[in-house]
Amino acid sequence: MKSRSFWLKILSATVLFGAWQVAGMIPVSYAFPTFFESMAALVRLAADGTLFQAYVETLRPLVVGVGISAVFGIGLGLWIGLSSRFDWLFSPIFIVMQAAPLAALIPLLVMAYGIGLTSKVFVVCIMAMPVIVLNTAGAVRNTPSSIKEMGRSFLASDTEIILKIIIPAASPVIFSGLRLGISAGFIGAILAELKITPTGVGDIITYSRSIADYPAMYAAIFSIILLAVLFLNLLERLEVYLFEGNVRGYASD
Amino acid sequence: MTIYGYRLPAMSSLILWGLLWEIVGRMGLTFFVPPLSEVFVTLFSVVGTAPFLKALSETAYAFSAGVMFAIVIGIPLGIMMGKNRLVDELFLPWVNMFLSAPLTALVPVLMVLFGFGMKSIIITTTLFAIWIIILNTRAGVLQINRSLVEMARCYGANPLQAFYKIYFWAALPEILGGVRIGVIRAVKGVIIGQLLISIVGFGALFELYANNFLMSHFWAVLLVLFALAFSVSEILAYLERRVSYYAAKR
Amino acid sequence: MVMPQIKEVLGSEETPKPDNAVVARGISKTYGDVEALKDLTLEFPRGQLTSLLGPSGCGKTTLLKIIAGLLEPNAGEVEVNGKPVTGPGPDRAFVFQDFALLPWASVIRNVAFALELRGVAKSEREAIAEKYIADVGLSGFEKSYPHQLSGGMRQRVGLARALSVDADVLLMDEPFSAVDEQTRRKFQEDLLNLVQNENKTFIFVTHSIEEAVYVSDQIAILLPRPSRVSEIIRPTGLRNKNVDNIRRDSEYLDIVDSIWASLRSYVE
Repeated sequence: MKSRSFWLKILSATVLFGAWQVAGMIPVSYAFPTFFESMAALVRLAADGTLFQAYVETLRPLVVGVGISAVFGIGLGLWIGLSSRFDWLFSPIFIVMQAAPLAALIPLLVMAYGIGLTSKVFVVCIMAMPVIVLNTAGAVRNTPSSIKEMGRSFLASDTEIILKIIIPAASPVIFSGLRLGISAGFIGAILAELKITPTGVGDIITYSRSIADYPAMYAAIFSIILLAVLFLNLLERLEVYLFEGNVRGYASD
Repeated sequence: MTIYGYRLPAMSSLILWGLLWEIVGRMGLTFFVPPLSEVFVTLFSVVGTAPFLKALSETAYAFSAGVMFAIVIGIPLGIMMGKNRLVDELFLPWVNMFLSAPLTALVPVLMVLFGFGMKSIIITTTLFAIWIIILNTRAGVLQINRSLVEMARCYGANPLQAFYKIYFWAALPEILGGVRIGVIRAVKGVIIGQLLISIVGFGALFELYANNFLMSHFWAVLLVLFALAFSVSEILAYLERRVSYYAAKR
Repeated sequence: MVMPQIKEVLGSEETPKPDNAVVARGISKTYGDVEALKDLTLEFPRGQLTSLLGPSGCGKTTLLKIIAGLLEPNAGEVEVNGKPVTGPGPDRAFVFQDFALLPWASVIRNVAFALELRGVAKSEREAIAEKYIADVGLSGFEKSYPHQLSGGMRQRVGLARALSVDADVLLMDEPFSAVDEQTRRKFQEDLLNLVQNENKTFIFVTHSIEEAVYVSDQIAILLPRPSRVSEIIRPTGLRNKNVDNIRRDSEYLDIVDSIWASLRSYVE
């Protein structure tokens, strides 16, 4: 049945892109190019190298921001999960951050740090950090008590319980928190480029809109969404591969 | 955390952080952080003003319209995907894709297609909220216990009865969970939409305050917004617990 | 202090010499307002299997975890080989109801995990683990992961891990409650052999009357509200009989019946 689902995916894609093509040919709006026009623009952008330059620009704050968020987020999450005192102190901040529309902070960040890389890295961090912290803390807190007791009854020290039991047990959830953080980081990175200063892919989008080169604009948007989705998909596959069986198999099933 | 055997309420540490904020503000370390007390004073003076009320009502309108579309389209589509394999296979890749896609990139398209106004913001809100609602509804329908389905058939329920007496309730906890996450995403979506389209609602207000360096105004509006967003998510979580008390025991 | 009433069921020989591996004296344990155990005293003869049997909520698992050193009693003390228990120790090994296997670790690493914690070198601990894996009948599954095993096989891994540290006392917390009936019977037979061949003291928590009578040298019946040892039964006559015939032995059936008679009023 593998081929059935493969063909259905192709069919599904054909239907969607076909609809896009037809809608562009009618056209539903002067600003709605057809699928093939957009793809041609994508090939053009890729061929003359603009696209790759843009991605270098766009991915820099993303990589830096996600890196910072991962290191501090996982560290803080472990700490919160292990100590009820830090849980009390820090959890509320991240719970509020998780629910709040942090994007509203952007104008302030721009005032404080200017329109350079720092602001953009900050935007990525505030988007990505809460989900990483909360997932890590939750995973640590939810380590099944029976395997911790097992460790204690076989004379594990506190450090050994953390390193050999709690962290491995929590790692699938930490990893998926990281994946969600990266997903939020993409939103932040693009938001920063559209809102703060047009650079990278944001620049292609903004510029081609201003000169009404709509195919190029659609192509840029298409490419960044495609890139994000492919990368996150890859991470999800990696997750399944790395932690196969880790999620299941605690008790009888 | 407990102190002297007394259990401190969960969010009570926010008071401590508020104090810290006040101290940092008083010390005048940075222009960007005015004392919390000053922010609160500003807050009460701002809340009643016409621009604030206008921004709030515009945001509330865009938000509720966006969420409504997300629910009205999302839940039936999710149920269809859960019930019909072909529909599921056709839609699932896209739903999964948009769930994690950076939707901010789509806002410029919406702007050129639907103009720099309310319509674009509503669609942005819907786009942020809908995918998780679809996916959770689908998961809720798929996890319905087979023996419940068989029970319905054994005791002679007709398809309609089976649907609204059993399937709906069996899937309800997941659906509500999806709506809750969807609404939290919608709050972010409506703000991101307003920031990028920045001539309506809070987006315009933020722009105004930031450009005139009205820091305590800025923070006051931000606090109101955070408090509203947090309350919405807590109220929904509470409702979810009330309605789906049986979720863990199905 | 309530002295447990000792009832010998067809115990023709005299009581064995009081060489006790584990002694619990005057144990009390409360959780908030709930009294899980109240002034409980119980002795566990060396080399024998003692079951803790009772309705749910009578504190059997609590007592076992206190002996393991995982929980602290509010009053009273436990002695293992004459030394008071202050925490988990190398003289005791625990078998968990939900197996408590590390889902990310292979069978061999799970079995060797207790030795790993004791700092035994990798090659040495894997050699020991392999021996016990073979002993519990899991040869060939060394590289498998817990989720690839059935419930019964997972518990064999848990058992091998407990045996690998060569502790004097094996503490088993409803070890067979999560496995199916047939596997369970096989386990019970294996357990009888284990008690016979290894010179270890077993403390076995169960809620199955048949299981307790089948495997035990001594059954302590615990009753709730307030939790206490209500009687101690020694089905000594059964131990000399052929394993295959125990279940249709009239003595076995009598003991099962009499235990049920004293427990039935506590079962809601």
